[in-house]
Amino acid sequence: MDFLISGEHINPVYLVAVGFIVGVMGGFFGVGGSFLAGPALFAFGVPMNFVVGTDLAHIVGKSIVATKKHRALGNVDMKLAAMMILPTIAGAESGAQLIQFLKRRANVDFVVGMGFITVLLSITVFMAWESWRTLKMHRAQDTKRKGAGQAVILLKAGKDASAFSHIAKTIHKFHLPPMVSLPTAGVASISLWVIVAVSFVGGFFSGFLGGGAGYIRMPAMVYLLGVPTHVAVGTDLFEIMISASYGTFTHALKGNVDIMLALVMHTGAAIGAQIGAIGTEFFHGARIRLAFVPLPLIGAGIIIYGLVTGHHH
Amino acid sequence: MAASKKSRNVMRSLLVEIPVYAGLVTVYFFLVLHFLGGWLKEIFDSNKLIYAIVALVLIIGQGVVLETLTTWLLNFVRPRNR
Repeated sequence: MDFLISGEHINPVYLVAVGFIVGVMGGFFGVGGSFLAGPALFAFGVPMNFVVGTDLAHIVGKSIVATKKHRALGNVDMKLAAMMILPTIAGAESGAQLIQFLKRRANVDFVVGMGFITVLLSITVFMAWESWRTLKMHRAQDTKRKGAGQAVILLKAGKDASAFSHIAKTIHKFHLPPMVSLPTAGVASISLWVIVAVSFVGGFFSGFLGGGAGYIRMPAMVYLLGVPTHVAVGTDLFEIMISASYGTFTHALKGNVDIMLALVMHTGAAIGAQIGAIGTEFFHGARIRLAFVPLPLIGAGIIIYGLVTGHHH
Repeated sequence: MAASKKSRNVMRSLLVEIPVYAGLVTVYFFLVLHFLGGWLKEIFDSNKLIYAIVALVLIIGQGVVLETLTTWLLNFVRPRNR
């Protein structure tokens, strides 16, 4: 099928399949799936500026489905999401402006590709280490309590803990007014500026690398803000829906969106997102985070393949 | 036991839902998306602001429609599995 706007000829079945896979991941992990969809579009030969804008557009449609599902499951902290909207948009615009600057210098593919690889590898290493330590901690506690004659099941769905929860606790002690509470997420008091910083950085990566940047925001909400994984997943999806809508609009104005590519991908993503959201009901936080680990690595591998083989324009 | 039964019900629902959804999407794909390409390319070349608005409306519209469709399919399929 010819996609006239980006000037590419791509089999739509591939696009629907990629959409389906990232839809499942999006619903399950609360991420836009750009770490996979972006590299896949790049590998199909789509220029990097179109990859960034088009990926954002398909994420808008997908995140509507997944957010509605997570809201029904009580996984969206609307107060936190509302506070994150403006800084996310400011960050997304900064990232999009940087893309425009790089487009003028004609090295956008290399810089964005290397940025993607660095971020994805860093997330993989950190999350693998953290979730492994958390599961080890769970097992040690479980054995200790069983030894004391208590029948406990710590690793049940909904029971969330992290070996790095001390980071969030330290951040919660940072008293720079205004301080806010997040009852749905179980955070008693946190500086608004921490939320603003996390949102801005997430938005920046969204505008610069494409997608909703859930691969940054979801872990940041868990490790820095101390939000339980299930709530981080749902709230992140809500945030992605807003930021990706803005990102789509601003990138479309700059001629970086092939909406036909996005519409075709989204037909697969819509059903995948439903399946992924249902899947979160069966797993606890640390296991969701551990399952997340290989995904950014796959995205990094596809980008490296594209850069090395030059299978792009 | 309850979790296992719940998993089985969900799996059965999805196994029915996916082929039905795939059929509907294929029809939509050939009837609608196939004819949109030329029109969108014209707008893309002539006015980026209108293109941006149309692009956003199309993807949000498709998101809402497909969400409604998948929810309806799940509700339609689940009672038959009980």
